[in-house]
Amino acid sequence: MLKKLLDRTHRGRTVSYIMVVVLYLIIEIMIHSGNLSSLFTSLLVPVCCYIVAAIGLNLNVGVSGELNLGQAGFMSVGAFTAVSISGYLAASVSNGPVRLIIAIIAGVMISAVFGLLIGIPVLKLEGDYLAIVTLAFGQIIKSIITNMYLGFDGNGFQFSFVDNNTKLAPGGKMLLNGPMGATGTAKISTFTAGVILILVSLIIVYHLMYSRSGRAIMAARDNRIAAESVGIDISRTKMLAFVVSASLAGAAGALYGLNYSTLVPAKFDFNTSILILVYVVLGGLGNMTGTIIATIILVLLPELLRSMQDYRMLIYAVVLILIMLLTNNENMKTRLRRLKNRFSGRGRKEGEVS
Amino acid sequence: MAEDKTPILKVEDLGIDFGGLTAVNDFNLEIFDREIVGLIGPNGAGKTTVFNMLTKVYQPSRGKILFNGEDTAKKNVVEMNRAGVARTFQNIRLFDQLSVLDNVKTGFHNRVVYSPVTAVLRLPSFRAKEKETEEQSIELLKIFGLEEEKDNLASNLPYGAQRRLEIARALATGPKLLLLDEPAAGMNPQETEELMSMIRLVRDHFKIAVLLIEHDMKLVMGICERITVLNYGMMLAEGTPEEIQANPAVIKAYLGE
Repeated sequence: MLKKLLDRTHRGRTVSYIMVVVLYLIIEIMIHSGNLSSLFTSLLVPVCCYIVAAIGLNLNVGVSGELNLGQAGFMSVGAFTAVSISGYLAASVSNGPVRLIIAIIAGVMISAVFGLLIGIPVLKLEGDYLAIVTLAFGQIIKSIITNMYLGFDGNGFQFSFVDNNTKLAPGGKMLLNGPMGATGTAKISTFTAGVILILVSLIIVYHLMYSRSGRAIMAARDNRIAAESVGIDISRTKMLAFVVSASLAGAAGALYGLNYSTLVPAKFDFNTSILILVYVVLGGLGNMTGTIIATIILVLLPELLRSMQDYRMLIYAVVLILIMLLTNNENMKTRLRRLKNRFSGRGRKEGEVS
Repeated sequence: MAEDKTPILKVEDLGIDFGGLTAVNDFNLEIFDREIVGLIGPNGAGKTTVFNMLTKVYQPSRGKILFNGEDTAKKNVVEMNRAGVARTFQNIRLFDQLSVLDNVKTGFHNRVVYSPVTAVLRLPSFRAKEKETEEQSIELLKIFGLEEEKDNLASNLPYGAQRRLEIARALATGPKLLLLDEPAAGMNPQETEELMSMIRLVRDHFKIAVLLIEHDMKLVMGICERITVLNYGMMLAEGTPEEIQANPAVIKAYLGE
């Protein structure tokens, strides 16, 4: 079993699972010993959400090779679905974790439906159409939710796109308030739930990558014509990667939405989509461990630099540029590879001795 | 040959226009089971265009392609492969970022089938199906002498090995007809020699018919049982290697007046 986990194809996966669990344990210990500032504690759940959304996006951009500029749109769908469901079920399902699971599943399902609706026409085309359409989708979803009023009372759901004229019966409750978004949400997201969600996303993505479907997805990315010639249906395989990516964004959004008592639709704008894309590109296309590390650093960095006030975005930009230069530098690459080879070579020798 | 049986591939009056240009016209061809047929002609004669029509990369403008006695007019590229036509490409098209083994495994996409849900949940059938795919892929790699390279990236293979890998991948789809587009291009005489015996072996081992485009006349005359010559998109001649070598029209097309 141990040998299997350390062989060539499994090593990368094992490293990322272990990394997530070890980080989780360290942070839990720090929380319990009171060594973590409240600022850091407040960032734990958002970091988990961005990691899940980035892992999903990496399946779409890195593994499947299709540019997606609307990951925040899918997060938005997941978030507001989850917040509404959680608000609706607040009285009937009082158990927080159970309600969280139901809300996440609902967020995943609705995001997946939107993914399917977008993917069916767009993924039949070759080229950058997915980038254009997902970009538009992100903007449209933001506008729709900004103008949506949703509430429920004894007669069921009340729904309107015109200024708040939903006339709720006594005892009714507003779930979404147009531009003000969702208010008074019970905060039921936890760091533990976030880490479990990361592990589940990793399992889903890795199991998919190292399977018949994963090979088809990567084949379609590497050479579309050859993939078709061996009988792979391109739009179906691209669709699989896209819908799984959208679903993971939905789950991430659900967890995010239920971490705050107030959530405005403007939170999930184009900038958020680009940020998630930056995490993926800096972490490495198709590299999930790298994506996790890049997300952690780039979410925490602006907060760590908060004391520097005016200079923090400048430093953030410089760090971004440095990472890009270093990871794309041929000299650095060969040096890193040599280091890696030496490391793995020694690992093998030790294995032989034992 | 088995002239009394129905041909595995029967092409009738095939033609295609690109805009106002007629690239191929009135093309006829019959291939019988376990036959090796050559398609030759000067550069730009339309040989690869014929391959692209047979695999439905291009939809023909005219004519009929009957595969196994069945009209293929409504089939697309993927369905054509499922029906039993596999091909290689003139400019090698491998999955560069996949390992040699995974390249062959993709060929089994429609032969060893399980759903993405089975993969994500790692249901019991996953292990059995993956084992089957792996064993059959290794079997193919052994035939083509690529077993040692199975964990290398396909793009890191030497040129000749890439050509062999493409053939292995095409065979993984379980074809009844294999189309080889210039399989010996870029190979040295010794490699070409090996390729010739390999094509014969593939025909006998997998019990399939082979149609090949090739400029290397030694290879074409050495292994093809029948040859069709194409020039300016029209059929120039058809016959055994001896007949073709003696045909004045063919000599004229290749050497000029």
